[in-house]
Amino acid sequence: MALIDRLGESLDSGRGGGVILSTVDSLIDWSRGKSLWAMPMGTACCAMELIAASFNKFDFDRHGTFPRPDPRHTDVMIVAGTITKKMAPAVKQLYEQMADPKWVIAMGNCAVSGGIFYYDTYSVVRGVDEFLPVDVYIAGCPPRPESLQDAVLRLRERIATESIAPDRRREAVLTLPTVGDISFGKRPGEGSADEESGSR
Amino acid sequence: MNINELREHLCETYPDLCPLFSIEFGDGVLAVDADRLLDAATDLKELGFDRLSMVTAVDRPTHLELVYRLYSRSMTAALFIKCNVDREEPRVHSLVGLWPAALWQERETFDMFGIVFEGHPDLRRILLPDDWEGYPLRKDYRDDSVIRRPDYI
Repeated sequence: MALIDRLGESLDSGRGGGVILSTVDSLIDWSRGKSLWAMPMGTACCAMELIAASFNKFDFDRHGTFPRPDPRHTDVMIVAGTITKKMAPAVKQLYEQMADPKWVIAMGNCAVSGGIFYYDTYSVVRGVDEFLPVDVYIAGCPPRPESLQDAVLRLRERIATESIAPDRRREAVLTLPTVGDISFGKRPGEGSADEESGSR
Repeated sequence: MNINELREHLCETYPDLCPLFSIEFGDGVLAVDADRLLDAATDLKELGFDRLSMVTAVDRPTHLELVYRLYSRSMTAALFIKCNVDREEPRVHSLVGLWPAALWQERETFDMFGIVFEGHPDLRRILLPDDWEGYPLRKDYRDDSVIRRPDYI
């Protein structure tokens, strides 16, 4: 996590309190990661979850992510829905109209792999990664808005490792759990069931 | 005209098709030849079928079956017109002049089944790209990009 994320405590503890030293990469990644304006490429039922994510129950605006209907204003394209072969050139054109730096989230099974349209279908593209560089994949048919929220936060962590120098990576502390870290039925920080019984 | 008068009228006009017509149990079915389709549709529109709710087709083993569904708001009755067209050279007269709703529906039927509607003002593909080859909803459609579902799924 960048120093700038802990700005308040840094200022309190630092001598003088008004000056903070950071790196340009850290500042730029912080600002990029926390204002990921979304290009909502909603073509099918996943778009309902994408729409729900923007409204008050899930309120992605608190992450700095909200939909803009103009590719030139946006940073991340959220492909939510089935992309047909006829639609694919339009999606690619919209992606090309977005200004760099730009990222892509493939939301839902159709955007990941074609989903239920993988077999026996003549008209569906089998995953948007056939023509777009996808950064984060979300499985689900459709995924919950919480999954999309997780994807946005993971994308932010990925952005935290980027540098404005093209061939350099930053070392960043990643805080979101990976699949191996998650054990179901327990809250983080709780001991396992065996430990609890042993303590009694 | 009520439903009973409609049934009598249709039984007189199409005597050989009368058993197919069971409008009191739901949607009636009226099967006509392809060359009589326009006449029958004109007749039905004059009888009060003012709404065309659907156009589609079915790929039968020997022919294509074109299906129109009509609805009458005054009689609250629905009626299917079915008409068999040739598989190799499917041509039939368009009904756009009677119901403008047929404009896009017939384009879609052309797109998916290749049925050519004569007299249609704008007959081109509507859902698929313009340069698409073949008609995907026909049973004999083959496309190299289609991945067949394996047996174990």
